[in-house]
Amino acid sequence: MSDVTIKNIIKQGLWSKNQALVALLGLCPLLAVSSTAINGLGLGVATLATLILTNTVVAVIRNWIRTEIRIPMFVIIIACVVTAIELLMSAHFHDLYLILGIFVPLIVTNCAIIGRAEAFASKNKVMHSALDGLMMGLGFTLVLVTLGIVREIIGYGTIFGNANLMLGEWASVLTVTIFQNYDGLLFAILPPGAFMGLAVLIALKNKIDRTQEERKKVSDGIGVSFEINKA
Amino acid sequence: MLKAESQKDVLMTGWLLALAALIGTSLMVVVNWHSKPYIAENERLVLLRSLNSVISPDTYTNNILNDVLTVQDQNLLGSKEPILVYRARMDTKPVAAALTVIAPNGYNGNIYLLVGIDFSGHITGVRAVKHQETPGLGDAIESQRSPWIDSFNKKSLTNPTKARWKVKRDGGDFDQFTGATITPRAVVGAVHKALIYFKKNRKLIFTSPNVVNTNNS
Repeated sequence: MSDVTIKNIIKQGLWSKNQALVALLGLCPLLAVSSTAINGLGLGVATLATLILTNTVVAVIRNWIRTEIRIPMFVIIIACVVTAIELLMSAHFHDLYLILGIFVPLIVTNCAIIGRAEAFASKNKVMHSALDGLMMGLGFTLVLVTLGIVREIIGYGTIFGNANLMLGEWASVLTVTIFQNYDGLLFAILPPGAFMGLAVLIALKNKIDRTQEERKKVSDGIGVSFEINKA
Repeated sequence: MLKAESQKDVLMTGWLLALAALIGTSLMVVVNWHSKPYIAENERLVLLRSLNSVISPDTYTNNILNDVLTVQDQNLLGSKEPILVYRARMDTKPVAAALTVIAPNGYNGNIYLLVGIDFSGHITGVRAVKHQETPGLGDAIESQRSPWIDSFNKKSLTNPTKARWKVKRDGGDFDQFTGATITPRAVVGAVHKALIYFKKNRKLIFTSPNVVNTNNS
């Protein structure tokens, strides 16, 4: 098992094991809801809350779960957490709930959640598991918002449109209209555009990783030859 | 993690799962009990907001959500199920009615509309409440997407005349959308039929008793 340190948990959640860009889990809600930045942010926050809660609960009871029933136990926990979040959202953030529609209950099907319960929370301490939930959720949300911003600019010509529906009236200042009277590229709003957008993000991440690897190889190489010269 | 080994263990495992299910369900009951009144109020406000978008709230004083009628006319109202009609009154005087009609001939199924008509038979407002029309094309019937739906305001059975209650492509007065004719055609048809129904049944609409009995004020 890899080093379970705070630093590693943060790095893995946000980058090296990012659920959307590396593990490629939770793509159904990701692609469907990332058509605008605010929608992506809304679903991201709901998924983040779910991940923290389910990881924490699983970690708390991990010593009492019999391994034979661990999957149904995870499913019960996740389903209850998501149901609670859905009811509370409908009660206290109704406008956002209407925007996110069917995708709030569909968080249950996000494989990233049961994935982390199985891969991490069932084997690690509560604090670490909660942090992992936070970081994985943040990583997922970052992808949701990035994809949302890109698709919204190309598809609607705005950024953070309808921000007031999620964050309150003050948030309408966040809405930026990039193109006035913009008809919008429909492709960006529909699922194929989501796939293309995600593909570009994954390609970018891989490119960044590769470039960093190359740089590291070069600097290691220089270090080695320096050592040889010194000897 | 523990592993079940004996038959006793397997039984325990089963009971453990049942216990977890029981605890989970109980928690859900609690959360539901807490949320229910808030959700009911939110849904009431959403309905009121949409009614107020077709009938101006300063034109009526009654509790419009508690002054409801159900009517049925498959041909004119678009459904073989009964639909709701909300009545707006200024004190006791009838002001307007909002009909929840359906356009069954949308591009992708039913288009659910809210049509506000004042006592003299003029449209006070129309809104597309629910639909599955194509995003970017037919969804221009939504008021956030385009002001098209407001082009019905103040229209009546005489303005325009019957022959011109169609999209321009069919020889009428109403715009269609670039790349989408079926959707606006369906909506224009449904609004026209709502006006016809209203004219035929105006007395029934405003004199029939209220069928809703809610505890909200």
